[in-house]
Amino acid sequence: MTLLRLTDRGLYCEVGNFFVDPWGAVDRAVVTHAHGDHVAWGCRDYLTSAEGVGVLRSRLGPDARVGGLPFGERISINGVGVSLHPAGHILGSSQVRVEHGGEVWVVSGDYKMDPDPTTTAFEAVRCHTFITESTFGLPIYRWPPQHQVLRDINAWWRGNQEAGKASLLYGYALGKTQRLLAGLDPAIGPILTHGAVERMTAVYRAAGVPLPPTTHAGSLDRRTDWSRALILAPPSADGSVWTRRFGARATAFASGWMLVRGARRRRSLDRGFPLSDHVDWPGLLAAVDATGAERVWVTHGFTGPVVRWLQEQGLDASAVETRFEGDVDDDTGQEDGPEQ
Amino acid sequence: MKAFARLYTALDETTATGEKIAALAAYFSAAPPSDAAWAIHFLTGRRPKRLVSSAKLAAWCAEAAAIPLWLFDESHAAVGDLAETITLLLPDTGGAGDESLSHWVEQRLLPLKGQDEAVQRAEMLRTWTELDRRERFVWNKLITGTFRVGASSRLVERALALASGVPEGAIAHRLMGGWEPTPEFFARLVAPDVRDADVSRPYPFYLAYPLEGPLEALGPAEEWIAEWKWDGIRSQLIRRAGRTFLWSRGEELLSGRFPEVEEAGSLLPEGTVLDGELLPWVGDMPLPFAQMQRRIGRKVLGRKILAEVPVVLVAYDLLEQDGHDLRAIPLADRRRRLDALLAATPSAGRLVLSHLVEAADWTEITEARRRARDVGAEGLILKRLGSEYGVGRRKGDWWKWKIEPFSVDAVLMYAMPGSGRRAGLYTDYTFGVWDDGRLVPFAKAYSGLTDEEIRRVDAFVRRNTQEKHGPVRVVKPELVFELAFEGIQVSSRHKSGIAVRFPRMARWRTDKRAEDADSLQTVRALLTPP
Ligand SMILES: [Zn+2]
Ligand SMILES: [Zn+2]
Repeated sequence: MTLLRLTDRGLYCEVGNFFVDPWGAVDRAVVTHAHGDHVAWGCRDYLTSAEGVGVLRSRLGPDARVGGLPFGERISINGVGVSLHPAGHILGSSQVRVEHGGEVWVVSGDYKMDPDPTTTAFEAVRCHTFITESTFGLPIYRWPPQHQVLRDINAWWRGNQEAGKASLLYGYALGKTQRLLAGLDPAIGPILTHGAVERMTAVYRAAGVPLPPTTHAGSLDRRTDWSRALILAPPSADGSVWTRRFGARATAFASGWMLVRGARRRRSLDRGFPLSDHVDWPGLLAAVDATGAERVWVTHGFTGPVVRWLQEQGLDASAVETRFEGDVDDDTGQEDGPEQ
Repeated sequence: MKAFARLYTALDETTATGEKIAALAAYFSAAPPSDAAWAIHFLTGRRPKRLVSSAKLAAWCAEAAAIPLWLFDESHAAVGDLAETITLLLPDTGGAGDESLSHWVEQRLLPLKGQDEAVQRAEMLRTWTELDRRERFVWNKLITGTFRVGASSRLVERALALASGVPEGAIAHRLMGGWEPTPEFFARLVAPDVRDADVSRPYPFYLAYPLEGPLEALGPAEEWIAEWKWDGIRSQLIRRAGRTFLWSRGEELLSGRFPEVEEAGSLLPEGTVLDGELLPWVGDMPLPFAQMQRRIGRKVLGRKILAEVPVVLVAYDLLEQDGHDLRAIPLADRRRRLDALLAATPSAGRLVLSHLVEAADWTEITEARRRARDVGAEGLILKRLGSEYGVGRRKGDWWKWKIEPFSVDAVLMYAMPGSGRRAGLYTDYTFGVWDDGRLVPFAKAYSGLTDEEIRRVDAFVRRNTQEKHGPVRVVKPELVFELAFEGIQVSSRHKSGIAVRFPRMARWRTDKRAEDADSLQTVRALLTPP
């Protein structure tokens, strides 16, 4: 029997009687992070990192029973040792380490290696079996240096100001937009937000993440001069009525998918900036290597190529199905509610 | 090369026409003539043929990127575009030098042709390390013969006019037909004296715009004429300097392909240019376009096919007479001259005047359009009697008013990934209709959906795949689409026994279930007797 196995409700630890990122309501859920494809409604008890309690609660509501465990602190669930370790993906994101009878498993959740001031940096955890995501598990995905991407976005914003256009920058409401906020230059002009972004940004601030001031665009008069502003919005807002108030505008999307021209073009955006909260190909290989794992389960993305590559390197690798197919656009961002 | 790569990126990153023209004009103003000539050559779609096979490029790139070939293939499948896949996989080096575009094309690219494999390989690996990412992408596009850019010839012409001060019409004319991308050519292209005319050169075609809004908005019907809109090959027949030239709208010289029409053209007076449509024609009706395709497909035209599928030029317009450009005089005058000219030319029925559709007012024109299918036409073309012969597709004086397409509700059966901009998404679909309780595939379509709809169908395909055959996914028969198409014919090559022309998705019928889709019987009922 393996310590974790896949059931029709997700990854299950039978000895400890708990699930990791279940797909439906279960008694006890250990949650890697608060993105929609990792959280199920209606579980009796949730356990997540202490850093991530606020974000998870903002999704689940005040009535949910959410426990917070500091990174690295070990608890026992029915005799199984459980601890959480930073994944560097978004605020509070963790890898789940499970230990029983001398066997150690680590579930990565979503993770990245790039530095990000809005979350605790990824730490590799030694284990026998590593369950890794593979959203960008192809060698075409190699992230350009982050400072270069942020510089390009700043330049784009300035250029739009000169052309008298508002800069509408799309990114996932939870995680990406806060990372952008922390990295862009607030001296260029005012930074405005879509409601979904403003809500998540408030949660980040409440958790003590320092971010430059923002104004909810919806709170401003429609006749405002938007042409100097950068407006952060979820990608679902693209093409919506909400965007029309900004008049002349340039649109861009910050996402790892934007590295590929076809993905950029089919969204009919003016620009695409390759900035991802997921690990790229070299990062993925380095992470697997750092765990020292002999067995690797690959989920959430380009499972086929990653499995084959790891097998060819002599590892015992296999694919594990997840709820969503990997090459739909990133985390689905269900938190992106409609905006008036 | 850096300036050209920058231009490419600028054109690629904006959808605004004004910004594209500005980027092009800035490039043409600054580039040396030898570079500008090559840039125009590539931007107007004169691509070099693929110089190195895809398989070799893939192998060399995999070698340079230190990955196995299967992983290259997986990457290629995700990106969709070979040139871009290579660009993304290669390590980032280079970009230190900046040789000119003409240097790269003339000294590096063209000499690759016919070289043996070892030389090509060494050259490609060397090139990849010398260029930066942006340049490498353009280079790979040229090497793979897939250089395409989001700027129409029309935009290039406008930008050249802006950069040089030469009128756009003259630029367009000078760009028609054959030319070599030399500095001398560029000098002639932007030369201020516009009285030039190459003997073989056609005029830019003037195209009708799809009609929008009610007919009444066009003003009094007396100011308009209506002609049938034919589905043939739009062409110009030129008689100059004792020679005859037949050009397609795709700027292809059709020499030898339609000998009967060229023969008739040789009877035209010196200095004549006709605009018309090549059609397979018997009596006073066209044959179905499939017959034309039979002819186009042949290398050698035997007596049999020439007798079975005779082709004529249905003449719409007279662009040049006695060597004078008539494009600026009113259509009514051009038609009168055309009529007289054809009457005086013993062409044995090879040059046919495009007849006017008799109609006294808009109501009668509306009725005439309904008869289009009966005469083998696709609809009507409406032209203002006072109109000039313009350049390109413009709104205002010429409108095309096609008949309502056929429409059928069909079920999505198979899906395949698209390429280019649609790479990695399931965008190419096969649709079926019901026959005896089973779905029979009857049409393929890949256009008509919005990007958002494509994403939704793509997600459906991924979650509802029943079988995979190579790139093809067999999906659960659930989604219903209204397909529109222009023509329908019996076909022994198709499983359904039917072939349709220009099928596309008109609407996603989310209100319908699979069992509500049409049957093969209903589709067959659309067949009109030939
Ligand atoms: Zn996530
Ligand atoms: Zn995820």
